[in-house]
Amino acid sequence: MTQLALIIDLNVCVGCHACVTSCKQWNTSGPAGYLSDDNPYGADPTGTFFNRVQSFEIGEYPNTETVHFPKSCLHCEDPPCVPVCPTGASYKREQDGIVLVDYDKCIGCKYCSWACPYGARELDEHMKVMKKCTLCVDRIYDESLPENERRPACVLACPTNARLFGDVHDPDSEVSVKIREEGGYQLMPEWGTNPANHYLPRRKQKITIHEDELIRADNPLRKEGTHPPQVIEEPTLDDVTSW
Amino acid sequence: MHPAFSVIFLTTLIGVGQGLFLALFTAQSYAAVGFISIDNPRLFYSVGSLLSLGFLIAGLFASFFHLGHPERAWRSAARWRTSWLSREVIALPVMMGIVFIYGLMHYMGWNPNIIGASNPLQGQLTLFVGILGTIVAFTLFLCTGMIYACIKFLQEWHTPLTVINYILLGTASGFMFATLYAAYMAPNLVTMYGTWTIIITLVALVTRVWALIRNARIKHRSSLQTAIGVRHTGIVQKSMGMMGGSFNTREYFHGTSPEFFNLMKWSFLVLVFPAALILLWLGLESETNGHYNTKLLALAFAVQYAGLVAERWFFFAQAKHPQNLYYQTVG
Repeated sequence: MTQLALIIDLNVCVGCHACVTSCKQWNTSGPAGYLSDDNPYGADPTGTFFNRVQSFEIGEYPNTETVHFPKSCLHCEDPPCVPVCPTGASYKREQDGIVLVDYDKCIGCKYCSWACPYGARELDEHMKVMKKCTLCVDRIYDESLPENERRPACVLACPTNARLFGDVHDPDSEVSVKIREEGGYQLMPEWGTNPANHYLPRRKQKITIHEDELIRADNPLRKEGTHPPQVIEEPTLDDVTSW
Repeated sequence: MHPAFSVIFLTTLIGVGQGLFLALFTAQSYAAVGFISIDNPRLFYSVGSLLSLGFLIAGLFASFFHLGHPERAWRSAARWRTSWLSREVIALPVMMGIVFIYGLMHYMGWNPNIIGASNPLQGQLTLFVGILGTIVAFTLFLCTGMIYACIKFLQEWHTPLTVINYILLGTASGFMFATLYAAYMAPNLVTMYGTWTIIITLVALVTRVWALIRNARIKHRSSLQTAIGVRHTGIVQKSMGMMGGSFNTREYFHGTSPEFFNLMKWSFLVLVFPAALILLWLGLESETNGHYNTKLLALAFAVQYAGLVAERWFFFAQAKHPQNLYYQTVG
């Protein structure tokens, strides 16, 4: 079984919204119809998007850090939005696990959006059907595109490579290795939706340095008298180790 | 959640329709075993069924305003294996059909004794249809309630009390209407209907307050920590990713002040239960020579129905969707 998904690396996401705009550009231009906007330049703009980048502040000043958090449909392996759909417009593809909406069957009852704990679905106010991330299903299988471009628009746009795309059921795929080795996790695991998209946590690079490692006891400048000699009473690492 | 008036009117109106049908069938089953007698059963059941059908049709009509593509509504019967909404879409027309047939059979007098003419139980075929209708009415209540109760992360709804309250509140309003109807058509049934209305309304008061207490103590399982997967007690959203609104900021928030929210809660608690019951009681007490003050009974029904609209508004507004965790700060 194949389960295509995105892996989002929160360690390198800089919150530039390039994935948001490239997603909107690709998906509003396709044969499935536009993603409608109202008052885009007016006082009260609103629109339909598949992908949003949100920002959270963790901790209290001065110990804070900002986490930029891209959010789109997670293509759950047990999607709660699919069984509730009365028409079968909302479905999960057998062959690659992508959760899609058939815009020709959707009656716009919004029930699937109620049944998604992540708020990943947005009703298009003009086409009056439910819309959501398609993992760029109209691009990733398009053989007229060069092979390295057969990836979702957001993945291609990301300048820091924070978005990875692949099959999370293949244990040797890049995304599976990342999840396994870099602590990939799912959102809201408490609801058993088993999202296919995973997030990689912030990973701090830390080294531990002891005080005597900061002093170079055998500094030749000190031995030669150019610098004042260092008074060290205890033996230093240089005295007791042969490097 | 944002309360949609289409759904509020759908659920309250079909509740009255189903309850009214249950009330009609209650009278017929009482009459069949001789507890009560009805002067003009043909007209009583057929006009009553027509009124019940009217409430069901009004509810169905309201529901279309909820849909983005009402012309495709027929498609929604497709997924009855998995979707409670689909099951409701099937159960509602079945209910309408049975109510129509039930009324028609009474009106036309198509009521042969299918068990046997010598059986003391008379009117057997309509009784049989009535039993079927009762099953369908409860099935429809179950479907309507389960649409909300089956969403496990809407924890305010994910309880059997949701279904129980839909059944009891719908039935109470249906019997309330039946009391009013009987005051016109069969005054000797008013006491029976009025008593049942009081009993059902009081039981509904217990279960509705039970649900309120349960929801006041609810501990939400999702938090900002699980929503973004960061283990820290101090997480604050600085930006939801847009400066304007979106479907996510409109559909899942009731968008009114806490004062209005509380006002709606106390409105329904007062209107559905004590106010309606006092008016009903006064209406029942107003009997003179077998005639009742229908204005009082009509007012009792109207007050309870208005309260049920508030109740349904509150039911939706109270549910806190976990997606709201992602949409807290404009930025």
